[in-house]
Amino acid sequence: MSLAVDDLRVYYRTLRGDVRALDGVTFTVADGEIMGLAGESGCGKTTLGKSLIRLDGRMRVIGGTVHLDGTELPLSDDGAMNAFRFREVSIVPQYAMSAMNPIRKIGRMISELLDSRDVSYDETLPELSRRLALVGLDDAVLDRYPIELSGGMKQRVVMVLSTLMNPSLLIADELTSALDVSTQKAVAEMLVEFRDRKFVKSTIVITHDLSILYQMADTILVMYAGKLVEKASAAQITQDPKHPYTQLLLGSLPEVGVRFAERRLSGIPGRPPSLLNPPTGCRFRARCPLAFEKCAEEPPFVEIGPNRHAACWKVGAA
Amino acid sequence: MLEVSGVTKIFKTGMFGRELTTAVSDVSFAVQPGEVISLIGESGSGKTTVGRMILRLTEPTAGAITFDGHDVASLGRRELRRYYAHVQGVFQDPFSSYNPVFKVDRVLGMIHSSYLRDLSASEWKTKLQKSLEAVSLEPADVLGKYPHQLSGGQLQRLMIARALLLELQFLVADEIISMLDASTRIDVLNLLGDLKARGVGILFITHDLSLGNYISDRTLILRRGRVVEMGATEKVYGNPAHPYTQMLLTSVPHLTERWDPTAQVPTPTPADEDGDAPLVKVADDHFAAIRGAT
Repeated sequence: MSLAVDDLRVYYRTLRGDVRALDGVTFTVADGEIMGLAGESGCGKTTLGKSLIRLDGRMRVIGGTVHLDGTELPLSDDGAMNAFRFREVSIVPQYAMSAMNPIRKIGRMISELLDSRDVSYDETLPELSRRLALVGLDDAVLDRYPIELSGGMKQRVVMVLSTLMNPSLLIADELTSALDVSTQKAVAEMLVEFRDRKFVKSTIVITHDLSILYQMADTILVMYAGKLVEKASAAQITQDPKHPYTQLLLGSLPEVGVRFAERRLSGIPGRPPSLLNPPTGCRFRARCPLAFEKCAEEPPFVEIGPNRHAACWKVGAA
Repeated sequence: MLEVSGVTKIFKTGMFGRELTTAVSDVSFAVQPGEVISLIGESGSGKTTVGRMILRLTEPTAGAITFDGHDVASLGRRELRRYYAHVQGVFQDPFSSYNPVFKVDRVLGMIHSSYLRDLSASEWKTKLQKSLEAVSLEPADVLGKYPHQLSGGQLQRLMIARALLLELQFLVADEIISMLDASTRIDVLNLLGDLKARGVGILFITHDLSLGNYISDRTLILRRGRVVEMGATEKVYGNPAHPYTQMLLTSVPHLTERWDPTAQVPTPTPADEDGDAPLVKVADDHFAAIRGAT
């Protein structure tokens, strides 16, 4: 079991009170698993990704534990987390294309980064150039400034750099969202290849795009308003979702082939609840067509089949 | 209704504008009332520039854009006001379309004070009510609120409601749902379908092929400023003729079918790359910039 998250709660401190962005999530990611983390904006998916590597100033871990390969991660201790960052837990940030220092040549930037982790650049160089070659870049990029590379090239450099220390866990936040479809496909396939070549053990891919997850992820975890909704294999989530939220979300996605004139899709009425004072019970209750009295109680995230979990009273009973 | 003919836009770039970048090159198309035409392209393909030229926010270097037979470039001040009563744009980021320190009512009120001054307060209220209804917004939910109190989807609908207060005939919708969440974006997209039913012509600019397919009657694929393929949506998607269109369509992630790792991904050949292949007719209402087509 590579990553085990147990009842993790991360709140944002604000003047008006705590925003419960992540409110008790429990799940595991196996060795070699690529898990997609999907949900709409504000559901807590980015908060979850960030809290596994670096909390920002307003975030507080209120409860819960995270174990990586059996070792507990000291999430709240910024200094102690440093030993894990880059080597054990690494991230491809949301705007990877602007993640590089614009006034450093790429090679120099990488060397400074490795220095800060007491790793020798010269010793790493052969592996670095081998991996750059793997993603179709030659060593000449190390002599270039970020502005001289295209968006897709920068994305590839950042991916190679993030995985250079063979981390146990890689977090990729909206990795493909800003890319054109053709580049998007190449990057998705690259991430799978990095896993196959064991550059990374487990990967969490955070995105709002379920169709890209179906292409690259083994499992998909859906979140809503700071809670877990459903986790299952990518095929089960996209072809046979059990939770009403997942069902409605999928129903609102236009696929190539679906046309307005022939089949009018519909969205989900309403909007997610405020996480400042979230309602009790199921957080999707107000927008859910299946809601009944029992939904005033919070549904637990339970196993509903082999390797399938969901948090819904209607699904749990079946 | 709206006709774009041979429009080219060359930007000066580089230090002191010594280098020239052709953003849009010899693009021609026409939009009829009640027609949705989607303009699809990757980043840097010039799709936004085309929309901006129609809205006269950018001036074309060559070519002409006409609306009901009038050349848009030569409109004087008063005619331009009339033009904007008919032609409006909605853009990608709903939050930057509003001034965050004012209530959202202000963008609507500005229409009252600058275009519809003859309307009495009560007539205005009825009109406002009607246009909010048309975009399925509850007045009490949105009026008197600040932009940060509303969702992206509500703000985008409000922008469309604002356009409806005028005599909207043509809408440039530039990536209007790219920033919205999946559960609400489809409703805004459906709204474009409702506008179409009212006879509004729409230029739907997007990078997302499945959205373009869902809503549009005709499709234009733009690559590096050139139209590589255009025609009826079902023909362009069903039987793409240009290798670039084929490549785009095989790269789109589907929810029901995985990418085929053994599939031959069509790659545009150097002959397609040089870009001067003329648009030729492949079938009725289907054109592609390919060589050697019959």
